[in-house]
Amino acid sequence: MSEPILQLNDVKTHFPITRGFLVKRHIGTVKAVDGVNLTVRRGEVLGLVGESGCGKSTLARTILQLVPTTGGTVVLNGRNLATSSARELLAARRDLQMVFQDPYASLNPRMTVFATLAEPLLVHRVCAPADVAARVAELMRLVGLAPRFMQKYPHEFSGGQRQRIAIARALALEPKVIVADEPVSALDVSIQAQILNLLAQLTKKMNLTLIFIAHDLSVVKHISDRVAVMYLGKIVELGLAADVIERPRHPYTRALVSAIPTPNPDTERTRQRIVLAGDPPSPINPPAGCAFHPRCAYAQAQCKLAAPPLVDDGPTREVACVRLADLP
Amino acid sequence: MRARAIRDSANGLTRASTPAPLKPTAVPLLNVQDLRTHFHTRNGIYRAVDGVSFSVERGETLGIVGESGSGKSVTCYSIMGLIPQPPGRIVSGTALFDGIDLLNCSPRQARSIRGKRVSMIFQDPMTSLNPFLRVSEQIIEPLLIHENISRPDALERALTMLEAVGINDAAKRIHYYPHEFSGGMRQRVMIAMALITKPELLIADEPTTALDVTVQAQILELIGKMQRELGMAVIFITHDLGVVSGLCDRVQVMYAGRIVETADTRTLFKTPRHPYTRALQRSIPALQSKGAELYTIPGLPPDVSKNIPGCAFAPRCEFATDLCTAANPELVAIDATHAQACLRVQANETLACS
Repeated sequence: MSEPILQLNDVKTHFPITRGFLVKRHIGTVKAVDGVNLTVRRGEVLGLVGESGCGKSTLARTILQLVPTTGGTVVLNGRNLATSSARELLAARRDLQMVFQDPYASLNPRMTVFATLAEPLLVHRVCAPADVAARVAELMRLVGLAPRFMQKYPHEFSGGQRQRIAIARALALEPKVIVADEPVSALDVSIQAQILNLLAQLTKKMNLTLIFIAHDLSVVKHISDRVAVMYLGKIVELGLAADVIERPRHPYTRALVSAIPTPNPDTERTRQRIVLAGDPPSPINPPAGCAFHPRCAYAQAQCKLAAPPLVDDGPTREVACVRLADLP
Repeated sequence: MRARAIRDSANGLTRASTPAPLKPTAVPLLNVQDLRTHFHTRNGIYRAVDGVSFSVERGETLGIVGESGSGKSVTCYSIMGLIPQPPGRIVSGTALFDGIDLLNCSPRQARSIRGKRVSMIFQDPMTSLNPFLRVSEQIIEPLLIHENISRPDALERALTMLEAVGINDAAKRIHYYPHEFSGGMRQRVMIAMALITKPELLIADEPTTALDVTVQAQILELIGKMQRELGMAVIFITHDLGVVSGLCDRVQVMYAGRIVETADTRTLFKTPRHPYTRALQRSIPALQSKGAELYTIPGLPPDVSKNIPGCAFAPRCEFATDLCTAANPELVAIDATHAQACLRVQANETLACS
């Protein structure tokens, strides 16, 4: 197994809620990410799934230090980003880049493709100004765009092509880790397949580590080596992608997997579905103990007492449920 | 029931010039013929819907799938009279709902049907509810317009409806504003509003696309339950083949403003015939083995502002020949429930995937 490249230890990202205009009073805290431990190995594709509001995007932003960490450490290549200075962070981002969900919003509409792709090269001085054009052309070819479109603006491209530009921008510095936050959710299925193939091919070719966030489990299963399932700021299950999605252990993962409609009319009509009641609880005031217990079919009194830690369940799986042994 | 659906869809396909003298019971609830909705803009004419014919039986669930821009929403907006005119223009077509042509009848007659006997739910419940009005006002509005009913009675009905769509504590929450509900709850409010007049046809335009999967499962369950209770027909627009497979009796696939294939759900998933339908299925990860390279449809969806000669899918199709761009394909029935619009399939050629 390859060496760990990114380690998250008890990462917490909390946002204060304040009220008042001149005198700000602190009236609560949104615990968007609340104690995440995760080790990502070099060359691995880690899928991160969960419902909206579970903190997966905040976790992505925390890894890149786009939001300040409240507690814990984010260690990339032996350096703790959570306590790094701005200068150190700038250097660290050569190894750590992000692809955002909406390629319509994440590209500057007033910058040409050339300007967009040249910017990281010039900021980080990885390339002599004279060589920038050649490098930009190379990047465009890498993601399947013709270099002759270099002087075009984002609005002249389709959604899938824009996402290719965003991927090229993330690859410009040859990072070791890419965090992709729902990179295919805004795309049509035929375009989604192109981007998924591209990401799979690039991670293999460049030995990239990819943290892939999505809510579509079939997409995550397809591309990931391992999957982490988040619920209300915590990881509740972690394991090999096919295992977690085909044989989920945690009650929440079971419900999540069973909620997904499958494109097979025969099984889809007969299969037993676990329909969760209600909405995810508010991260401002999460339920005591296991955050999932109000919606859980297996919850008992002990579930309300303490938040269960992630414990090993076999060699490749970790599950955060105190009743794991009693589950069918 | 099923046999009737089969016969009528076959009738729709052959485009009989004279309407067959069918018994009243055999008339489909909605029969759309040769619908063309074009948008006249400064940059040309966008043929968003270009010759679409289909019918919906009473109590049936019809799925319309296609990528963005394929015209699936515009088809339904045209039926509902929601196309802004200008720039939109319904160039041709009829939409017979229970014998009344919704596209060519008097506005008064159309109003008496739309919102009462046909209603619609939209993708984004946040933008389709009025943020300034309490949901009670919005839910009873169709009742006050379409039925001779007093406000207290209407509120009573609204309350029952909210409970039926699974909103706890409905008596209190009926007086809330939309922002006080979560996304899934808002979609329930939308459904309550659409169903309060007990419509015979519900058009659902991607009602779960903006929702989380667990909430999506709740909403799909709810639509199915309400359909069984009210016996209404549903047109379900979506791009998610998974949603279609569990919910719909029949599916039609749209591409560039035309229907390329229509079949009962099982047939469409088991033996798709049109190259576009097949390509779609080969490109979704859920139907492929893990890690396998996904099939990608080369190129981009066509620009519908240009006149597309022949088959609109031909430039992206791995089986296209010169014939495909020369002749205009029509939907031709393969058997009683299955029709598709690929010339090479119609010529009985075997198209083996690469």
